[in-house]
Amino acid sequence: MKARRLALRWGLRLFCLAYVGFLVGVPAGSVVWRALSPGFSSAWNAVTTPAAIHAFVLTLESAALAVALNTVFGVGMALLLARRRFPGASLLEALVDLPLSLSPVVVGLGLVLLWSSREGWAGPWLAARCIEVICACPGIVIASAFVSLPYVVREVLPVLQEVGDEQEQAAETLGAGALTTFWRITLPTIRWGLAYGVLLTTARILGEFGAMSVVSGDIVSRTQTFTQFVSDSFTNFDPAGAYAGALLLGLLSVAVLAALSFSRSREARIR
Amino acid sequence: MSITVQSISKSFGTAPALHDVTFEVPAGSLMALLGPSGGGKSTILRIIAGLEEPDSGTIAIDGEEVTHLPARTRGIGFCFQHYAPFRHMTVWENVAFGLKVRHRPKAEIAERVSELLELVRLDGFSRRYPAQLSGGQRQRMALARALAVQPRVLLLDEPFGALDAQVRKELRTWLRELHERVQVTTVLVTHDQEEAMEVADRIAVVRDGRLEQVGTPAECYDHPASEFVLTFLGPATRLDGSWVRPHDLVVTREALPGSHRGRIERIVRLGFEVRLEVLLEDGTDTWVQLARRSYDALGAEVGDEVHVHVGVGRRTWPVGEETDPQGQSLVGVPPAP
Repeated sequence: MKARRLALRWGLRLFCLAYVGFLVGVPAGSVVWRALSPGFSSAWNAVTTPAAIHAFVLTLESAALAVALNTVFGVGMALLLARRRFPGASLLEALVDLPLSLSPVVVGLGLVLLWSSREGWAGPWLAARCIEVICACPGIVIASAFVSLPYVVREVLPVLQEVGDEQEQAAETLGAGALTTFWRITLPTIRWGLAYGVLLTTARILGEFGAMSVVSGDIVSRTQTFTQFVSDSFTNFDPAGAYAGALLLGLLSVAVLAALSFSRSREARIR
Repeated sequence: MSITVQSISKSFGTAPALHDVTFEVPAGSLMALLGPSGGGKSTILRIIAGLEEPDSGTIAIDGEEVTHLPARTRGIGFCFQHYAPFRHMTVWENVAFGLKVRHRPKAEIAERVSELLELVRLDGFSRRYPAQLSGGQRQRMALARALAVQPRVLLLDEPFGALDAQVRKELRTWLRELHERVQVTTVLVTHDQEEAMEVADRIAVVRDGRLEQVGTPAECYDHPASEFVLTFLGPATRLDGSWVRPHDLVVTREALPGSHRGRIERIVRLGFEVRLEVLLEDGTDTWVQLARRSYDALGAEVGDEVHVHVGVGRRTWPVGEETDPQGQSLVGVPPAP
């Protein structure tokens, strides 16, 4: 009996390890190995070409902007959904979740339909005022914000619901206005949930490829994002650039992951 | 600072929560809103605080109408049932919060906070977080926080509801002492009649969104305005078709004029108090509350035949009808001043 249970336990462990190992560990490891096998300096050179640097900076900048937008929007939306009852609230909540299930390619096409300077609904009006959205930075930021919309809301909303509004009411009875209450009570209460949501948003945007491939235009040194740089290097027979770029993206994810687990543990400690 | 609640009505959706509630809390006094849960007491308190708005009626604090003022400008201190401590702040920061948002000078804040922490006996805990305090300590921190801004009135929602019995009793006495020292007009919500009678100068009995009676604990106990107040405020039992307080009944071995014969079914000894459950000849189950000494003098056991009558000068109230023996209506007796 005991031996059987022991065998089962070890069997399960081995199975899980093997599953995760083959699915994640081995491919990730091979990327690291392939990227670094020609030597660190050649990998470094591959990701410091002007095109690579431009793609990297563009990705970081648009990510920063989209994260900022979604942080403000996400906190506001979570507050609205948690603290107010209004008709259509559940519809709104469902809409916020839509990007989770919608394929990014569809997102990209939808954005083109709306913003394209020739056949879009709003695009021509903007184009007449010399603002390009598709194949330009605004399109990249909008697509980034779209695909990462739910993460801040989804992390902050349950915290707000669990904590309730008594602390905010207490602050009000003590003489605090709405703004003071937000800065001194609400924000500190949701800070670790918010940090987690922001990190998830960042990770999602850095890795986005589908919507970008429709929206950005992929013009080298102008509108090429970093994932596109990696993909293009690969298809253009530049494996050194592809693997070194992939390694860099991988390192970014590891950094985000470390920050995520830190904020998770802080959140657990506060509760 | 007095509080005047005038003809307040409020409904949530279609469910009416309060009907035409009117009462006054004299300056410096302690009033308890007493009643079963879900009766609307907390809603009254939240309307006084400005956390809810009434559908109709007015609230005045110290003669000034505040019905449409936001909570933060009403000059109130509010303690929530679960204390609502600011979890990310230390005890010191919690108490200082109201003064900080008022931009008081640092020295004044420091002085006032340490003074208050001493008052609520939390000096030495100032650097702890609420999670590191016991329930009773959190309750006292919430009180200090509410008192820090020198409110015109103090509002307490079930202040001892979440505490265990022992701490509750201690805090009750402590709250009464605190009230004597601070002298701030206080309204507290409770469903515990003993708590209300012990702590409050006056009691407002609330049921199903209506005010049943307002008066001193003694008035409400001795002259209940309704059958509900009678049975909610203290023990009541039946004899000869009337309500009577079980401690107003007398048990004898011999039949007396006007007494009822019965048999002792059960004896419950509660230290000083002894309860005799008696089945009367007419089939009524009644019970008598005796002091230990009277019980010993009686020397009765289960199964013994005894005679029960209402003590001289003690009141009874008719069952079911809302009129008292003097022909005076029990309902709608004006609140005693």
